[in-house]
Amino acid sequence: MKIRVHVSLKPGVLDPQGRAVHHALEGLGFAGVEDVRVGRLIELDVADDTEDAALTEMCEKLLANTVIENYRIEKVG
Amino acid sequence: MAFRAAVITFPGSNCDRDMAVAIERVSGNAPIRVWHGDAHLPDDLDFIALPGGFSYGDYLRSGAMAANSPIMRSVTRRAERGVPVLGVCNGFQVLTEAGLLPGALMRNASQNFICRTVALQVENSQSLFTTGYESGQTIHIPVAHHDGNYFADEDTLDRLEGEGRVAFRYAENCNGSRRDIAGVLNAAGNVLGMMPHPERAVDAAHGGTDGLALFENAVKALASA
Repeated sequence: MKIRVHVSLKPGVLDPQGRAVHHALEGLGFAGVEDVRVGRLIELDVADDTEDAALTEMCEKLLANTVIENYRIEKVG
Repeated sequence: MAFRAAVITFPGSNCDRDMAVAIERVSGNAPIRVWHGDAHLPDDLDFIALPGGFSYGDYLRSGAMAANSPIMRSVTRRAERGVPVLGVCNGFQVLTEAGLLPGALMRNASQNFICRTVALQVENSQSLFTTGYESGQTIHIPVAHHDGNYFADEDTLDRLEGEGRVAFRYAENCNGSRRDIAGVLNAAGNVLGMMPHPERAVDAAHGGTDGLALFENAVKALASA
């Protein structure tokens, strides 16, 4: 089973990387970009009988730092 | 009793030797050197240091992999039993990732790696690490980091300040840290994490010796305990 874990900075947490990318887009002449946030995509290939609770635990314990990041688990198939 | 300290080395640590030299200089005893994959620490340790560097190449997040390495389970148990633990730079990042200290260290607000000596204000001079300083004293300690931007939510920051757990603040905020925080203590006061490198300020040849008092007082406090 393919899993995608989307990790993103929590709203309100300053994202210096996103800000730099935003400035770079403006420098390239792209108008109308309101904000940029840079996150992380982690793809996992797990056994089909892996329980949701185990996936959640993986995110809480390692894949995301819940002090500063949110995560979303997507089952790709 | 001889002072027994341990310096933990992770793959990618690069300040472990400096840390060991600083501890030996003040205690007269060379710390034992422990590898991240070791599962056990000696029983009679007086002090544990997590050094700076780039453990595991900063994969995933700075300190995240090291926080889950085998030796950290032993370090956590010792910390919970009251053994003093000092984490510097990457060591601070590891301590937050391991949940031994609150908050997180994010990318510097400027996006730049910062490597220079900064002025710090001593906020708490009552902890076993900081009794050699006076509250409000300004000391000069080098920083060298890319991810030193301390973040915690407002409630946590209020609690840290209310409980006197902010050990050091930047006199001038160099990295975007919330409330200028450079170093924090755990609730029990036996775990200190800080981004600046006191072990790089223990010899006149370093350009300053303001870090010496931190190590001296940790050793003194433990010797008289």
